Amino acid sequence: MNARGRFSMRFVQVWRRNLIVYKRIWKVNFLPPMLEPIFYLTAFGLGLGSLVKTVPYQGEQVDYMSFIAPGLIASAVMWQSFFETTFASFVRMFYQKTFDAMLSTPLTLEEVIIGEIVWGATKAFIASILVLCVVAAFGGAHLPGALLVPPVAFLGGLAFACAGMCFTGVTPSIDMFNLPMFLFITPMFLFSGTFFPLDNLPAWAGLAAKITPLYHLTSLIRELCLGRLGADAWLSLAYLAAFTALAAALSLRAMRRRLVR
Amino acid sequence: MNAVIEAVGLRKCFGTFTAVDGVSFRVEAGSVFGLLGPNGAGKTTTIRILYGFSPLTEGRVTVFGLDIAAHHREIKARIGVCQQDNTLDPDLSVEQNLLVFAGYFLMDAKIAAGRARELLSFFALDGKRKAKVMELSGGMIRRLMLARALINSPELLILDEPTTGLDPQSRHQLWDKLTELKAAGLTILLTTHYMEEAARLCDTLVIVDHGKILVQGSPAELIRDHAGRFVLEIEGRDPQTRRFAKESGLRYDLLEQRVILYSDGDEASLEEARRAFCPAACLTRQASLEDVFLRLTGRELRE
Repeated sequence: MNARGRFSMRFVQVWRRNLIVYKRIWKVNFLPPMLEPIFYLTAFGLGLGSLVKTVPYQGEQVDYMSFIAPGLIASAVMWQSFFETTFASFVRMFYQKTFDAMLSTPLTLEEVIIGEIVWGATKAFIASILVLCVVAAFGGAHLPGALLVPPVAFLGGLAFACAGMCFTGVTPSIDMFNLPMFLFITPMFLFSGTFFPLDNLPAWAGLAAKITPLYHLTSLIRELCLGRLGADAWLSLAYLAAFTALAAALSLRAMRRRLVR
Repeated sequence: MNAVIEAVGLRKCFGTFTAVDGVSFRVEAGSVFGLLGPNGAGKTTTIRILYGFSPLTEGRVTVFGLDIAAHHREIKARIGVCQQDNTLDPDLSVEQNLLVFAGYFLMDAKIAAGRARELLSFFALDGKRKAKVMELSGGMIRRLMLARALINSPELLILDEPTTGLDPQSRHQLWDKLTELKAAGLTILLTTHYMEEAARLCDTLVIVDHGKILVQGSPAELIRDHAGRFVLEIEGRDPQTRRFAKESGLRYDLLEQRVILYSDGDEASLEEARRAFCPAACLTRQASLEDVFLRLTGRELRE
């Protein structure tokens, strides 16, 4: 079958399978994205914020709570989608043999993987709404810009889900996911402008941060939450789209190599 | 007769290892076709080729007259596959396993629900509709796998070791179900290690080893041609017995602790040997497919 025949809307069925499983215990699934930002906003926003008060951001003084709140949405997006297409997809692929069963039906490998990736992005989308609600309760979201946060989170979710799937395509065992977690995800979480403006870093470190997808997702969501949308936002949007396209292509290649033998 | 599967010169290499080496066969519509062989003979690889999972290194497969390389989506829509491993979805209930699977075939939800009900009752799983897969016994898991493979009302059912690891009750129950499906006109291809299963279910079978087909035929033909009718097993390592075997003109096997004689005639043709050597422990029995299998693939362990 030529490459074109491998893609169809049938991937929605894979996505639907994951949604059905998610809905079975949705209350439990809702907890982490709800509780985590509450913890962070209390600890950093209220605790640290009372010392820091405001931070300089793009020539303005922004109060600390409003500064970190968008960062928390972005990192929730990252964790949710990256975790889904690494640990969760690996369990389905390797231990549960769910992919094997799917591949005995008219589904193609490409549709299975895209279904998984879009599902990862969907979890990020749901999480972004939950975190946004918490953030809004703390007074850290401006309307109407905040309404655009979930669709942007979906795009960010696609980017990180594709990145996760690349690792799943090459990892020898589930334990090895600790490697990208500590070398890729955790440093991004700490150094992509979630907790402090990048201007406070040495120039090289700031530059390094600016090539990560989380930096662009964070600044995009921050612009929306602060109720402004500069030229940089469009650049970040283009960056995320390009990152997603590249990582999607790489992940499909890796998974085809891994599974089609 | 119409061929449902036509495989010509299948070859599949993994690096320098050739798992399937020039295999050709036909599966006629409405028949049960068995693929037998020791572990590592290439059975599962062949099956994975047939349902379009593994691309061929060389050769050509048509299913329903369609080339698998070009039409695998259409072909897979019309077949049911029951894999060797338990590939049921542990995150879903018994019924959801069927309904979600029906979704992969883009079946209409109403039709799927009706079909699922039918299959659960056919496989005596009605009482377990809401159960989780983890709560099922080995026999139920197999039955659910089979039910799931039939959700799309396939014209061809592919079974990879359907009864491995089952207790005799479950195995016989599954055989009954497969016989019923066969009577309803379904074409079935199966692999198995159990010769009794193959002899009972298959119209035609092939024995493969090291990726090649050794023999092909109906179970009765294969037994007649390769083992004869009756078998005498004489225990012990008595050299006289061994000499007799070599000079008897009968087919024989000399094992470490046993001599086996195969006769094409009736039981009487083994009488001479029986009288001469059977103060020791002896067993006279009908020749079976297991004799054919062991004679052709050898008795060494495969690991």
